[in-house]
Amino acid sequence: MSDAIGIPSAVIAPKRRSRLAEFFIRLVKEKPLGTICGIIILILILVSIFADVLAPYPYDEQHLVDRLQAPSARYLLGTDQLGRDYLSRIIQGARLSLLVGLSATAVNVVVALLIGGASGFLGGKLDLIMQRFVDAWMAFPGLLLLLTIMSLVGRGTPQIIMVLGIAGGIGGSRVVRGAVIGVKENVYFQAAEAIGSTKWRTLIRHVLPNIMPIIIVIFSISIGGNILSVASLSFLGYGLPPGRPDWGGLLSMEGRQFMEMAPHLALWPGLALTITVYCLNMFGDALRDLLDPRLRGGEG
Amino acid sequence: MRAYLIRRLLLAIPTLFILTVLVFLTVRFIPGDAIDVMLARMQHMGVGGGEVDREALEHELGLDVPVHVQYGRWIGGILLHGSFGRSLFASRWEIKERIIGRLPVTIELGVMAIVIGLMIALPVGIYSAIRQDTAADYIGRSVAIIGLATPNFWLGIMVMVYPAIWWGWSPPMEMIPFTEDPLGNLGVFIIPSLILGTATAASTMRMTRTMMLEVLRQDYIRTAWSKGLNERVVVLRHAVKNAFIPVVTLIGLQLPILLGGAVIIENIFNLPGLGRLMVYALNDRDYSVVSAVNLVFGTAVMGANLMIDLIYPYLDPRVRYS
Repeated sequence: MSDAIGIPSAVIAPKRRSRLAEFFIRLVKEKPLGTICGIIILILILVSIFADVLAPYPYDEQHLVDRLQAPSARYLLGTDQLGRDYLSRIIQGARLSLLVGLSATAVNVVVALLIGGASGFLGGKLDLIMQRFVDAWMAFPGLLLLLTIMSLVGRGTPQIIMVLGIAGGIGGSRVVRGAVIGVKENVYFQAAEAIGSTKWRTLIRHVLPNIMPIIIVIFSISIGGNILSVASLSFLGYGLPPGRPDWGGLLSMEGRQFMEMAPHLALWPGLALTITVYCLNMFGDALRDLLDPRLRGGEG
Repeated sequence: MRAYLIRRLLLAIPTLFILTVLVFLTVRFIPGDAIDVMLARMQHMGVGGGEVDREALEHELGLDVPVHVQYGRWIGGILLHGSFGRSLFASRWEIKERIIGRLPVTIELGVMAIVIGLMIALPVGIYSAIRQDTAADYIGRSVAIIGLATPNFWLGIMVMVYPAIWWGWSPPMEMIPFTEDPLGNLGVFIIPSLILGTATAASTMRMTRTMMLEVLRQDYIRTAWSKGLNERVVVLRHAVKNAFIPVVTLIGLQLPILLGGAVIIENIFNLPGLGRLMVYALNDRDYSVVSAVNLVFGTAVMGANLMIDLIYPYLDPRVRYS
């Protein structure tokens, strides 16, 4: 008798964890390095949100007596040629880098979904023609194309987000197209078509949810690449507008002539970039392994 | 086999056509204010006696005729006369001559970077695979992932700054032609190509490792071991040859990254190549030069990938039947 009561209660007892909690537990257990990198990224995000509070000085406040100071207790990362606190500038740079990197990636997703989705879902002649365009687009050395377009539209934050977002999205559409074609092979897709589901309904209810993991993975990996592209463009003078410090811009011409006197000017922005991109890549890799083991291919 | 080659060649034609259209259109849709900037610059530099007017410039750029006529003229000039036109500024030099003059620098930089990249990536990748999950493997992989995250322009700057402070040494900044002093020429190129090479080495190493791991699990490798062959012969004669095939494709895929990197590296190290020409032209808003360089680079990437696709069946007999 007591047994009969005991069994159902034993089944109910362990509280089912939500899928999200389950995911985080796996992340910590299986991917310790990915977790550490994820935490670093979280810290970076918090730092960029609270940049104005956390930075010891306003990023453009000049202390002309303290020009080109080496790192010290007063200026943790030293000062630049106008005596501006370098830590505050790096923090401001984190904000810009993340803002542009994330926004460009969001545009990437939209563009890749539109092009890849249309190409893969509709197929046929449209697919053939669109893919030749994508081929030609991908033959360009990315940086050259970005440089050319940026010089035409002028440097600026919205410009660079759109240019990077569209350019990268066209490349990324290949992956989305592949994933959509993969979904179309599945029985549930054919079943949906058979019961007369409309194209839109099939697309939104069946295709989109099933290509989501792949999209999350691909684009979590491309944030790092976008941040590097922004930095490269700014370095060459075609990225973010001058005035506000971004990591690539801090390494460009303006500061170059002072770097032999104050090498920390060269060290910190590059280090910040490398750590950020490294963590984004490692976190992206961890996500990929957990979300979609099939993509694991390059275990390196 | 012949059918494969022909099909691959035919598929390249529409892509090449679209490539030219893209190059043409990106620059042809110059916003009005860019023309104003060009005008101001031309007047400032005293081109045409400072009396260039908007109409003349639009005529010069061919903007006064319909787009398809513009494209026809542009592509006709390239195909029939091998001419990209003239620069809009600075004594109106022939773009073709300038490109031919600067091409060897970019090619030398690119080839040296590829060779250096392979020299780093192949041994490390192979070693990492045959010693999978050892400390050496982990170190090799970690360095590769850090290498992928490190911007090459930062490495370039660091090489300029720190050795100068520590040892009073900086990399040579003056171009020495190969014909005058081959060793001096290599001295100029070695550091830029090292930096450019390490950028590609990271992904090549990862690819080599993955392919090696796959090949090492094949039956014929087990057979080779069971025949009593030593590790050297198994790895070098049996495994590497087969693992290397996909890596060849990767080199083609890396070419756009390499050429983009060349733009940055040529600018940091003052090498008079196409990348530097590109940035000069962009600063001058000399868009005829910009589209010429874009076309050369784009065609080079397409050509290299086409060539790799064409020699691929000879490397990997399995492809012949597809």
